[in-house]
Amino acid sequence: MGGTEQDSGFPRLHRMGEAGLLVEFGDRLSMAVNAATLAFRAAVEAAAWDGVEESATSLKSVFLRFDPVRLSHEALEAALKDLLRSRDWYGVPLPRGRKLWRVPTVFGGDHGPQLEEAASMAKLSPDDAVAQISRTPVRVLTIGFSPGMPYLGRLPEMFDIPRKTELNPHVPAGGLALAIRQLVLFPVGTQTGWRWIGRAAIDVFGQQAEQPFPLTAGDEILFQPVTESAFEDAWAGVEAGRMMASCEALP
Amino acid sequence: MSAVLQILSAGPGLSLQDAGRPGLLSKGLSRGGAMDPLALAEGAALLRSDPGRALAIEMAGAGGTFRAEGADLLIALTGAPMTAEIDGARLHWSGSHVLPRGATLKIGGALKGSYGYLNVSGLDAAEILGARSAHISGGIGGRFQAGDRLTCRPAPDAGGMMIAADDRFSGGEIRILPSVQTDQFATDTLARLETTAFHKDARASRMGARMGHDGPGFSSDAHLAILSEIIVPGDVQVIGDGSPFVLLNECQSMGGYPRIATVISADLTKVAQAAPGSPIRFRFVTLAEALSARTSLDKYLKLLPSRVEPRVRHPGDIPDLLSYQLVSGVISAHHDPHEQET
Repeated sequence: MGGTEQDSGFPRLHRMGEAGLLVEFGDRLSMAVNAATLAFRAAVEAAAWDGVEESATSLKSVFLRFDPVRLSHEALEAALKDLLRSRDWYGVPLPRGRKLWRVPTVFGGDHGPQLEEAASMAKLSPDDAVAQISRTPVRVLTIGFSPGMPYLGRLPEMFDIPRKTELNPHVPAGGLALAIRQLVLFPVGTQTGWRWIGRAAIDVFGQQAEQPFPLTAGDEILFQPVTESAFEDAWAGVEAGRMMASCEALP
Repeated sequence: MSAVLQILSAGPGLSLQDAGRPGLLSKGLSRGGAMDPLALAEGAALLRSDPGRALAIEMAGAGGTFRAEGADLLIALTGAPMTAEIDGARLHWSGSHVLPRGATLKIGGALKGSYGYLNVSGLDAAEILGARSAHISGGIGGRFQAGDRLTCRPAPDAGGMMIAADDRFSGGEIRILPSVQTDQFATDTLARLETTAFHKDARASRMGARMGHDGPGFSSDAHLAILSEIIVPGDVQVIGDGSPFVLLNECQSMGGYPRIATVISADLTKVAQAAPGSPIRFRFVTLAEALSARTSLDKYLKLLPSRVEPRVRHPGDIPDLLSYQLVSGVISAHHDPHEQET
């Protein structure tokens, strides 16, 4: 344990206090590592072991919370090791039940003041950057940091641009920001070091909505460019509690 | 007849709290809920209500002023002891009382600890995502303000009960277990974590508490760039200035700081309730000790109703009259003779 050599010794099991176990599939993000977390969590949920109370994924791991009085660490660790050995998790298909979302999005201008900066760092014109981003279905790699907030990826390599050292004072709800080949979509107004490039008409955490958290890790999103006025109409719908994004099942 | 508790004035940290919303980590929401679950259970025992549905007003550091409208209300005061009076008459903390219709309840600052609880019989609110508590950092619900009105029910009994509350308000030894990155810290750093005299930083919140100390920080030598990972209440992160930071109920769901340890569940309330500046020491324990503490706490919670007793007793029922309240004067919130000093 404790080594950081790429992919040596993964997947790894860690104890997290008295009621948590973490199955780590890598120490850096790759689509294969992330896919392994999604597939493995689906298998853990399907196994429905007595005593497991909750599971969740990060970019690279699966976390399990359990009742250590009903289910011992040793028993759960043994079950997890068996499940890990049962197949090559880095090569299995993504779980079923995922969705593809199409979200009306405005890029640049007042709704994305750092689009030009981000595009030039990717050595693209703003229009080409928008074209590239909007035709790439990005996977919900994980949800977290703040409720409902998706980390999305990955974008083509040219978008491997660093986070800013200083924070943007305020990016509003729906704000779409870019760094390190990923996008984040903010559920509420926030400060961020990611470059703010657009605004997407979806509420990823609607407390009173029929689906308070519409997105699930593993879903994919296409951010479809619309005009500023089309976006504002769509945003008014979002604020009225309506789902303005379309959604279809992924195979 | 509707029974309402009206908030006439509110301290800065009043919110509705229950057992929180466990189970939403995959959606990015930490469990939240009362910082002192024991106080909710004590409140339920005093009010003879279902502990599984306990709901109370959590008061961080200081209370507020409240009035009963429409009916007499039954209240119970639990958690961090605060000064409390009804129309000028001092109240026993860790006790149940009738707040008469039209009377004013005034709850002042904490005398010990951080979080006091105002439990009210029949207190209810709408559920959001399966719970009625505010999750302030997650944007669910919010803090109470003057003018807020809460639905309750008329007092079902005459109160007058008390419960001997465990002292969990002054910090002390906190038992810890290893976490994900513990083995990436140098052995002497881990040893120093156990020998250092920490104090709880005054800026603690429902999200977490920084542990202040003199001397060098606790960063690991490697100080790896850690990809954000799932974090849970109890985890002890080493933040940028080298201080340990204990995550509490409303922590974020993911974080990138290395975790040196995690607090056992039975001791987390002690971290949350410690008053600002309270001494804190960490001690690594075995998993067996952590599980035994967890089981003992569960048993203690189940037996809480049996710890409730009448506050006013006939002199003949009191075995040693002189050692009772006559020596310490009237029952006051400043000195609670029934509290166990540990």
